[in-house]
Amino acid sequence: MVQLILTFAIFVALVIPAGNYLYCVASDKKTIMDRFADPVDRCIYRICKIDKDKGMNWKTYAVALMVTNMVMMLAGYAVLRIQSLPVFNPNGISGMETTLSFNTIISFMTNTNLQHYAGETGMSYLSQMLVVTFMMFMAAGSGYAACIAFIRGLAGASRDNVGNFYKDLVRITTRVLIPFSFTVTLLLIWQGVPQNLGSDIVVETLDGMRQVIATGPVATLESIKHIGTNGGGFLGANSATPIENPTILSNMIELYSMMILPGACVITFGKMIKDRKQPAKTKNAAVPLSARLFGREGRSLFLAMTLLFAISLSVCYRSELRGNPMTDSLGVIQNGSMEGKETRFGIEQSAMFTATTTSFTTGSVNNMHDTLTPMGGFAALLNMMLNVVFGGKGTGLMNMLMYAILAVFICGLMIGRTPEYLGKKIEGKEMKLVALCIIIHPLLVLSFSALTVSVQAGLSSVTNPGFHGLSQILYEFASSAANNGSGFEGLADNTAFWNITTGFVMLAGRYFPIVLQLAVAGSLMKKQFVSESSGSLHTDGIPFAVILVFVVYIFAALTFFPALALGPVAEHLTLWS
Amino acid sequence: MSRKVNKKLITSEILKQAVIGSFTKLNPLNMMKNPVMFVVEVCCFISLFLSVFPSAFGDTTADINLRLYNMTVCVILFVTVLFANFAESIAEGRGKAQAASLKKTQKDTNARIVTDSGEEKTVLSSQLKKGDIVMVYAGEVIPGDGEIIEGIASVDESAITGESAPVVRESGGDFCSVTGGTTVVSDWLKIRITSDAGNSFLDRMIALVEGASRKKTPNEIALNTLLVSLTIIFLIVIVTIHPIAVYAHVQIPTSTLIALCVCLIPTTIGGLLSAIGIAGMDRVTRFNVIAMSGKAVEACGDVDTMILDKTGTITYGNRLAADFLPVEGVEKSELVKYAAVSSMKDETPEGKSTLELARNMGDDGCWEEGSRFIEFTAQTRMSGVDLPGGDKVRKGAADAIQKYVQSLGGQIPRDLHTVVEQVSSLGGTPLAVCKNDRILGVIYLKDTVKPGMAERFERLRAMGIKTIMCTGDNPLTAATIAKEAGVDGFIAECKPEDKIDVIKKEQAEGKIVAMTGDGTNDAPALAQANVGLAMNSGTAAAKEAANMVDLDSDPTKILEVVEIGKQLLMTRGSLTTFSISNDIAKYFAIIPAMFMSSVPRLGVLNIMHLSGSYSAVLSALIFNAVIIPCLIPLAMKGVKYKPMSSGKMLLKNMLIYGVGGIITPFVGIKIIDILISPFVSGLFI
Repeated sequence: MVQLILTFAIFVALVIPAGNYLYCVASDKKTIMDRFADPVDRCIYRICKIDKDKGMNWKTYAVALMVTNMVMMLAGYAVLRIQSLPVFNPNGISGMETTLSFNTIISFMTNTNLQHYAGETGMSYLSQMLVVTFMMFMAAGSGYAACIAFIRGLAGASRDNVGNFYKDLVRITTRVLIPFSFTVTLLLIWQGVPQNLGSDIVVETLDGMRQVIATGPVATLESIKHIGTNGGGFLGANSATPIENPTILSNMIELYSMMILPGACVITFGKMIKDRKQPAKTKNAAVPLSARLFGREGRSLFLAMTLLFAISLSVCYRSELRGNPMTDSLGVIQNGSMEGKETRFGIEQSAMFTATTTSFTTGSVNNMHDTLTPMGGFAALLNMMLNVVFGGKGTGLMNMLMYAILAVFICGLMIGRTPEYLGKKIEGKEMKLVALCIIIHPLLVLSFSALTVSVQAGLSSVTNPGFHGLSQILYEFASSAANNGSGFEGLADNTAFWNITTGFVMLAGRYFPIVLQLAVAGSLMKKQFVSESSGSLHTDGIPFAVILVFVVYIFAALTFFPALALGPVAEHLTLWS
Repeated sequence: MSRKVNKKLITSEILKQAVIGSFTKLNPLNMMKNPVMFVVEVCCFISLFLSVFPSAFGDTTADINLRLYNMTVCVILFVTVLFANFAESIAEGRGKAQAASLKKTQKDTNARIVTDSGEEKTVLSSQLKKGDIVMVYAGEVIPGDGEIIEGIASVDESAITGESAPVVRESGGDFCSVTGGTTVVSDWLKIRITSDAGNSFLDRMIALVEGASRKKTPNEIALNTLLVSLTIIFLIVIVTIHPIAVYAHVQIPTSTLIALCVCLIPTTIGGLLSAIGIAGMDRVTRFNVIAMSGKAVEACGDVDTMILDKTGTITYGNRLAADFLPVEGVEKSELVKYAAVSSMKDETPEGKSTLELARNMGDDGCWEEGSRFIEFTAQTRMSGVDLPGGDKVRKGAADAIQKYVQSLGGQIPRDLHTVVEQVSSLGGTPLAVCKNDRILGVIYLKDTVKPGMAERFERLRAMGIKTIMCTGDNPLTAATIAKEAGVDGFIAECKPEDKIDVIKKEQAEGKIVAMTGDGTNDAPALAQANVGLAMNSGTAAAKEAANMVDLDSDPTKILEVVEIGKQLLMTRGSLTTFSISNDIAKYFAIIPAMFMSSVPRLGVLNIMHLSGSYSAVLSALIFNAVIIPCLIPLAMKGVKYKPMSSGKMLLKNMLIYGVGGIITPFVGIKIIDILISPFVSGLFI
């Protein structure tokens, strides 16, 4: 328990400077990286003919984002199909099948990294580098750019300029993703993660068996995999293997890598909103520490996310610690449920990793989620169903802000004012967009799960009939729709049915919300600011954070309650009967 | 202040109409306007279909009579829809009752239309057109809204305002507008009709109050969007749970799914939403304020800054005697004596206060038999007494007295002008007193802050509303009054343009501004303000520009209207929160009930220990239905509103309606379950 609290406390300590740095990058302020990044940026702008000072309105921004992503997808698809060529392919991997390529390319472009292939047998080094690693940068950069544009809209410095997508993407890549990844890569190599272009090593084990040990450009992929909350492993078993994640230290590095930027986004949000409010308040009143570190509006969101995270982590941790009565009855003596976990991580770090990877929508795993206890799996599943607990790069914050607008709407009325958030009135148009945005997630998860259990193509992949099978299906779609990418690996999911359905869910789960959210920002920024008085709703305190948590649970969790009752809950109750 | 009629919440007549209304509103075309309740109605039809063909969707259960179960669900759903319609009807009924009392003044009357040749011709008032010129004599009803172009008369406006004392109306100036349905008591008026028959101010008012021309307000539309999206989300849940249940080998009768759907969608707020809106308008009307739209009432809740005229709103106007100022050569005691004499029978506040002040100063004169009191008239602008000895004592506006004295051949004292100026500069009103042809001096009528204003402004501050006082007074006087009343700011020597500037300045800072006004020169400011409350006594231009009209012409009412606006929004928010929080308990009632038979372990979730799965479903459904009529009184009256900081208020309402909304259904469903479980056993085969 102390270990978990300490881990989180270190995260908070790390996230504050990171948030500040991110804020400087986002709002075009001076950073220490400028000296190195400025010439590179200029070079890119010149080659690509980008006019970095040309502002975009939300529509242009959304189109730029989607078109850029689409071009990258087409190029990536081609690489996957021709990867059998003997270029960076020492292990002689053959080309990828069409539906799998379709799924894989969407998976990486949408920051999902759902992997229906195993890296060591399904991908050449060329694909690993040119498709996987490249897209990990671009997907994270796109999500983060969308988020920054969204925040600019809410901050409302201009009426229709949300920034320039290309400039945002470039700046984020050169100033945030590359330096962070570079550092993490070095740290991981120090811990023993391989980084080479050699072919797999074949060794003879002590008992005379032949074993193939995979290797390759792992460390570079591993670092951006977490920094960009991507989650797709170099190898099938992801961060559970000693090759990707050899030590407890590398585990911590990976953990913080995936937590730091989504957390920092919240702080960036708080500070960018504060920028706008500052000139109005000239008096130099004592600003509380939390407001100075997180930004007033950022701290309540951060608190709400922390509460949601703490709840899911404790459910997962307690359930794993309680163990499994079935294995106990077989006479296996273990502390908690160690099935599918690595002994070098133990229950604490496994539960922490599970809760983190599902909350921050990374999707990498250091233990097998299929073998989590039912309630442990429930916590992981719920995090993805909520899709607001810090969330992936940028998108989690945007999703949370949708719920914040909902909460503001209800709370605003309760104090007798028409609702306003961040100084803008929330009216019919915004509510329509917010509502659509909130409907998409349950619609994708539930309707595709229902479809799967109704057709033979879906049912035949379920390896565990009964309640656990339902959990597997729900998990796969929740993971796709939330652009998480972790898997309940028990599912035999490399079939045309799964490749196409999850591919579609990932696309819809990524781009619909982003466009709708940018539209919300576009609509809000056109409005006049309303002044804040002692009679307005304060969205920067603890009460609002608590209400926000309730709103998230009522709107997001209750929707999935019947399905969850038949999945993990029923499984849990049956197990402990 | 407000009318005494229709104070009762619900009369038997309204009740009867509401019952009929709840059935006529069942028409699906009508129901579609309210998507949440429309879904319930559709569900009701489906269960009706299932009552006739129980196994149409392949439902089979061995343990109960499916047809009877489906029928029960159908009846409960039907009643749910009726309850929602009833809520709306009863709110409309109250509005209609209000309108009916207003309509009584709408009797078709005769109008004397003045033709181009100058002749008078009698036509029905319903045939009047905009621009017609009519003559109205004493004792006749004014046939339509209009502006006086000639004449001066006292008009009884009690039909509209409930105020029995007649008011003076004259051409030109700020008191030239008359309302159709009011009666001329004395003299005559020549009026230019300003609205076509059937489109008069009163007609529009009636239509608004009746709810006939009610449009959904922006906030209502936004809330409706939220409710519809919740409905869609839960429809997705229900539609998808069926195949998932089939996969898990759980049999769920269609009616149970329908019950779950209806329980989860926000029927409570969905059923009461329009009633809340109508009732909010109605509460404003009860205050004798007519809001031109629901949007205006809503905007009241957001008011940040209130711009108030000093005179009439914060103070009584320059009405109470504060001092006697004799002119040169006149003893103060003489002035006091005759000022008192002139006021002996004067019932106006000026007269009464003059007498009182004189008594305090030691005057002890009394009413001499045989004296004759001369009443104030609009023409003479003075009042007084003819003493038995033939002396004529008069008091009145300085210029009127001057003319009077001059007409009698008297001299105007040299320092009268100085004294009058002196009083004016203090922000007071000078009232000259004369005895025959000799001017004695001036009564200084001082502004007095109305009692209770300071507390009111305190309340407004607690709500976060800033008050700005506008006055034509010099800065010194303005500051004195402002301090006394406790307003946050003031504008002295304020011209009408200044008001607009203040409003624009505040609005540029993103503030919502409310103001009251009556004169034509207030019209642009009223139009510029987000909430403009015009006085009914004011000009037609002011009324057109405003979005609310106070029939009693009491400017302080803006304070109450703001509270009503806030209350309306709070009622909406609170009931929405209550409705959504209810879902938690309903889930815990229905989910175990649905799955228990196939997955007995899920019985653990039956934390209320409901007696059986069918009883649980029906209990939740019945709770869902009866909560609507239970909340009708709250929707009508609005939630209690006390000014306090926004944080405190949020916490309080969240505790009552949020936490209360979670707990209440647990208790309610359990009680209903205990009550109905003996009957439910009748469902079993």
